[in-house]
Amino acid sequence: MGNHGGLEGGIGVKQSIIHWFKYASPQSFYPLAGRMIPWFWAAAAVFGIAGLWISFFVAPTDAQQGEGYRIIFVHVPASWMSMFIYLVMAFWAGLGLALNTRVSGMMAQALAPTGALMAALSLWTGAFWGKPMWGTWWVWDARLTSELILFFLYLGFMALQAAIDDPRRADKAGAILALVGVVNIPIIYFSVKWWNTLHQGSTINLNKAPSMAQTMLWGMLLMALGFWMYSIAVALTRVRAIILERERHTEWVKHALE
Amino acid sequence: MHWNSVGDFFAMGGYALYVWGSFGACLVLMVVEPLLARKRLTEVRDTLARERLADELDHQSGTS
Repeated sequence: MGNHGGLEGGIGVKQSIIHWFKYASPQSFYPLAGRMIPWFWAAAAVFGIAGLWISFFVAPTDAQQGEGYRIIFVHVPASWMSMFIYLVMAFWAGLGLALNTRVSGMMAQALAPTGALMAALSLWTGAFWGKPMWGTWWVWDARLTSELILFFLYLGFMALQAAIDDPRRADKAGAILALVGVVNIPIIYFSVKWWNTLHQGSTINLNKAPSMAQTMLWGMLLMALGFWMYSIAVALTRVRAIILERERHTEWVKHALE
Repeated sequence: MHWNSVGDFFAMGGYALYVWGSFGACLVLMVVEPLLARKRLTEVRDTLARERLADELDHQSGTS
């Protein structure tokens, strides 16, 4: 303990790298995750309640879609999270593949079910929005089809990992699938631009002012933050279970549960 | 506040099925998923605790 630097220069940098790698080990990440989970739940509750309040009591009725547009407050956050979680999952999977760190693969595995849930919710709420506004639950349009492919990518990732007994090999196979699937994310995101689709264009654009009322925007952003914090809380709970399952024969697990 | 009554709120201007069908599905799944994750964690903890106890009992009967 103590001095990791030795004689060579850049002791500060080296120590901070060591500090971060410390949390890359399952035995330090397990208790750390346990301490963080209640905070993410609290944040999810605060953002969720504020977001729901705006969604139903502050945001005005839409001129064209009446009260039906309020589905946006769950549809957009679920869709954003389904894409964002995929990128985070692929990042961890890729990191595990490159550096062979144990926790990375576990994080990727813990994120997949939550990502699949968000993709399912995106499709479900989209269908419930499409029916009254377009007159159909489903169309084979570029945006909807690419989101469906995202859902199947999550399921494929989970099925592939479940089919391989050795967790390290399962991580590697899953990582390749996850990384190849990343190509689908820009396709989903830009689908409304690249193709002429039934799905409306993006509500939020980085280059120009949002085409919606300020209160609607706030409601959507707060709900998205709530969904985000929720996803972290659930994924951390799941990764703790995965850590114990995989590390069950190690000494530290025996001591951690005393 | 633009709702005149509780009934008005639940009616969602005629879109009740679609709005509540969307929010309801989110609520149900986002309650069930954390419970399942939590269950997985308690199950593996219980299994490990049982294994430990079994090991200890083996150890005791072996040495006495």
